Amino acid sequence: MSTYARVPLIGLWFAFLALPLAGWKNSLWIGLGCAAVVFVVSAARASAQSGALAGPAQRIKTGFASAWGFIEEKSYDKRYLSLFLLLIIALPWTLDRYSTDVLVITGIYVMLALGLNVVVGFAGLLDLGYVAFYAVGAYSYALLNSWYGLSFWPALGVGVASSALFGIILGIPVLRLRGDYLAIVTLGFGEIIRLVLNNWDNVTQGPNGILGIGRPYLGEMRLYKPMHFYYLVVVLCIVTIFIVNRLDKSRLGRAWAAMREDETVAECMGVNIVYTKLSAFAFGAAWAGFGGVVFSAKQTFISPESFTFFESVIILCMVVLGGMASIPGVMLGAFILTVLPEVLRELTLFRPMLLGGAMVLMMVLRPQGLLQAKGQRHHLERDKPESKTGAGR
Amino acid sequence: MLELRDVHFYYGQIHALQGVSLEVRSGQVVCLIGSNGAGKSSTLMAISGVNAVSRGEILLEGEAIHAQEPDDIVRRGICQVPEGRRIFPHLTVLENLEMGAFLRNDAGGVKDDLDYVCSLFPVLHERRGQRGGTLSGGEQQMLAIARALMSKPRLLLLDEPSLGLAPRIIETIFGVLARIRDEGTGIFLVEQNAHLALNFSDWAYVMETGRIIMGDEPAVLRDSPAVREAYLGE
Repeated sequence: MSTYARVPLIGLWFAFLALPLAGWKNSLWIGLGCAAVVFVVSAARASAQSGALAGPAQRIKTGFASAWGFIEEKSYDKRYLSLFLLLIIALPWTLDRYSTDVLVITGIYVMLALGLNVVVGFAGLLDLGYVAFYAVGAYSYALLNSWYGLSFWPALGVGVASSALFGIILGIPVLRLRGDYLAIVTLGFGEIIRLVLNNWDNVTQGPNGILGIGRPYLGEMRLYKPMHFYYLVVVLCIVTIFIVNRLDKSRLGRAWAAMREDETVAECMGVNIVYTKLSAFAFGAAWAGFGGVVFSAKQTFISPESFTFFESVIILCMVVLGGMASIPGVMLGAFILTVLPEVLRELTLFRPMLLGGAMVLMMVLRPQGLLQAKGQRHHLERDKPESKTGAGR
Repeated sequence: MLELRDVHFYYGQIHALQGVSLEVRSGQVVCLIGSNGAGKSSTLMAISGVNAVSRGEILLEGEAIHAQEPDDIVRRGICQVPEGRRIFPHLTVLENLEMGAFLRNDAGGVKDDLDYVCSLFPVLHERRGQRGGTLSGGEQQMLAIARALMSKPRLLLLDEPSLGLAPRIIETIFGVLARIRDEGTGIFLVEQNAHLALNFSDWAYVMETGRIIMGDEPAVLRDSPAVREAYLGE
């Protein structure tokens, strides 16, 4: 089919999709809008392919490409990093309480997304029940605090440890599972944890949740303002980024990459699959535990409702949208998917639809995610690839 | 060097290996020929420890290794080049080679071996920054062999290295295999291409439905009417 012949068809298709949601008139506009977007995109692609992209269009394109390349390449450059850090530190002073609170949530999601990225991005194990570990972390603090008065800092350790333990508990039965089977089991696991929390009334208080969870103290200072949590989350995020980055470049990170690419061959190369898989689940879950404890302390109230399957899906979307296995990408994904819905409050009803649309568009246009993981991450000898000419010799 | 004694393996309900016994003497090239589904790859995977043997034993220099994990087998000096050039497609050539040396701690020795395999297959050096999946079929097979060599094996297990490759490429690859053999690495070769395998080996086994039905010198097998009819197409 020619490039332009499909334009009206795509418009019609989207109009048809929107029909039950938006009524006749709006569907017509949605159809026309989609057709226009497709037209512009295919025209741009066609002219780029024929090399006829001249003048300003070409400049915009190369400008955009180089700006993007800058973000992808320079993210670890020290100068820009310190500038970025300064901005992060100064940010809450320029914002109101509400926006700061949104950023705290963003930070928690950054931790969660980075943790899930260990499992999905690095090790290639599709986990649809990741929120279960978040719940384990959150409930460990909530329960230990309300029963035994355990304070925040030791609870942070306990939360991480128990989440990691649950990661291993999930990991053991799925050692021999791959791909879609694994996804189904993890999904089930997530639901089991949620249902247990929901129904084990005399421990978790069921759907009523746990109220009055204690705030953390830093020395004598009680942390309760959004700004306090903001800095707490920033520090924890930095710790997370540091460790996850180290993990990626470690021997274990290489084993994960090999297992992601081809499990059997990795095994033949001497990668211990049991250890490698369990460590991926444990390390991934640990960050969810981290996030969970902070979430409990920030909200002072948790209930199973915060840990539904949809949360797992959102976190997975952050990883996929940002760029699997890419640490800055995953952070960007987490940022976009928490901040954007807040900015577009009026469109709350359309959130799942917009999210779905964004995912479809990403898979079609940029399947590697917004920021692609660096190709060459591990070096024996540091040198640039010389020839990029295919294999035709 | 390596000996299989009455090895049984079940793939689910299927009795894939029904008492396989064979021997690879050190310094020898031994081949295993047979048709599709005879159990050749299952045999290699059993040696590598990926397939758990249900009965029988596998001995490496007299020591039982069939209960060990795949990484222990690699550590003991047996490395496999799996069928169908299964390289890591999204890792670069260099990263693929590094994965071969995953269990080694001697950075210097790894560096030397990297130079060594690059001298065996110069094309890999040229393409070291490229992703494995962008290589041609022949180059991928070379990479798979080089990757296994990076583990510094005493015994190399090769699963159908000629599969789907042009004759000229096969010639190059077998030229290198001959060099590896001459440098003292044992080779256990699984092939469907019986001509090629019999010409290259010092000893040959024929496998059918999970059993070894013959084992002799290649010249003897080449003269056997059964082998000629079934595997040499005469």
